[in-house]
Amino acid sequence: MLTTRIIPCLDVKDGRVVKGVNFVDLVDAGDPVEQAKVYDAAGADELTFLDITASSDNRDTIYDVVARTAEQVFMPLTVGGGVRTVEDIRKLLLAGADKASIMTAAVHNPDFVKEAAERFGSQCIVVALDAKTVAPGKWEIFTHGGRNPTGIDAVGWAKRMVELGAGELLLTSMDRDGTKQGFNLELTRAVSDAVSVPVIASGGVGTLDHLVEGVTEGHASAVLAASIFHFGEYTIAEAKAHMAAAGVKIRPVQTA
Amino acid sequence: MSVAIIDYGSGNLRSAAKAFEHVCDDQVLVTSDPSAVRAASHIVLPGVGAFADCRKGLAAVAGMEETLHEVVIEGGRPFLGICVGMQLMASVGEEFGETAGLDWIRGRIKAIEPADPALKIPHMGWNELHGLHDHAVLDGIDHGAYAYFVHSFHFVPDSNDHLLATVDYGGNLTAAIGRDNMVGTQFHPEKSQATGLRLIENFIKWKP
Repeated sequence: MLTTRIIPCLDVKDGRVVKGVNFVDLVDAGDPVEQAKVYDAAGADELTFLDITASSDNRDTIYDVVARTAEQVFMPLTVGGGVRTVEDIRKLLLAGADKASIMTAAVHNPDFVKEAAERFGSQCIVVALDAKTVAPGKWEIFTHGGRNPTGIDAVGWAKRMVELGAGELLLTSMDRDGTKQGFNLELTRAVSDAVSVPVIASGGVGTLDHLVEGVTEGHASAVLAASIFHFGEYTIAEAKAHMAAAGVKIRPVQTA
Repeated sequence: MSVAIIDYGSGNLRSAAKAFEHVCDDQVLVTSDPSAVRAASHIVLPGVGAFADCRKGLAAVAGMEETLHEVVIEGGRPFLGICVGMQLMASVGEEFGETAGLDWIRGRIKAIEPADPALKIPHMGWNELHGLHDHAVLDGIDHGAYAYFVHSFHFVPDSNDHLLATVDYGGNLTAAIGRDNMVGTQFHPEKSQATGLRLIENFIKWKP
């Protein structure tokens, strides 16, 4: 049976992890590759790098990070942040990434998603949606970390992105992100039930029960979390054991 | 010994090459040069995207299909197809209209139509391998081992004799297939951690 994926997300800036695993035993805790190896050994099912490099001078650092990660970690790697052109995606894939995540560029030019999916296949095109509640049962797409409203309805947008070729959606609730109150389940369910492709739930995880709810109540195919893993509150193994106990099918952590 | 990973404009070739480099000391070449393929001891055909596009891409590499036929079919050299690279071994693909495959293993590439409509397409993520056959390339991989899949179409062989492993996603789908000196995996060994690296290692050592 297909298992629910647990996906840690690392924020990478100028080639360095700015929000990552708080493990003292790492030789270089700021090195994304070191952190990727930790998560690989811990049983993560996929890994996501979010490149938050602001300066265009340092944009290329991410390709080096991806290349070095792909040499040592043999699980799917998604990279998002600043993906604006087909050439950006090609460079990520050539470096060793498996999927590219598109957000703002899709809002500016929806056909970019189509172009990317036709060129590289839907399986490697993730569209990231940052959604905020604007009325009960109504959510809007925001960009720039939740600052800029777009007037676009989140559920309709999700459907459109899939029609254009997105193979997967990464849905972040901007109301919940960083609150540790749990996923916005109503939003997650509305989007998951509206599209045929897998939806990754993100934003707000504070407890292991939240991960379970994302799947059982939010109907998500995968759950993404950052801080609960990075700061050592829970391990991937604990998360998986908790989900399994709640009846969610997971891939057991293999001890090598 | 050397491994040729065929570059025909499809997919995350670096990611596949890194996995091969990780398990073997032999030369690993990502190449679109038929003479390099002819010189290699092991041949890998990766592939992501749509069947028709991949077939077109492969056909567009001058001399590659002829070379593959020469070294794999006539020469009997070990061949591994991955994902769409495996699907190309079939007779016909049905993605975006009917497209002829290499017809190395009789069968069709059909859309996954799970009995349970709630199941998402693509079939994406880690799923268990079942029905594993006794095959050198699957050596040491246990029944129920997890592998990473991402696909919307699947290989329906004419004969179950060529099935090497299955996966359950709203019904049994082909996870691995093979005959003689060729094997193909629907899953991505290069993304399947220890299980995948084991398969790659087995393939490198395989003497069909």
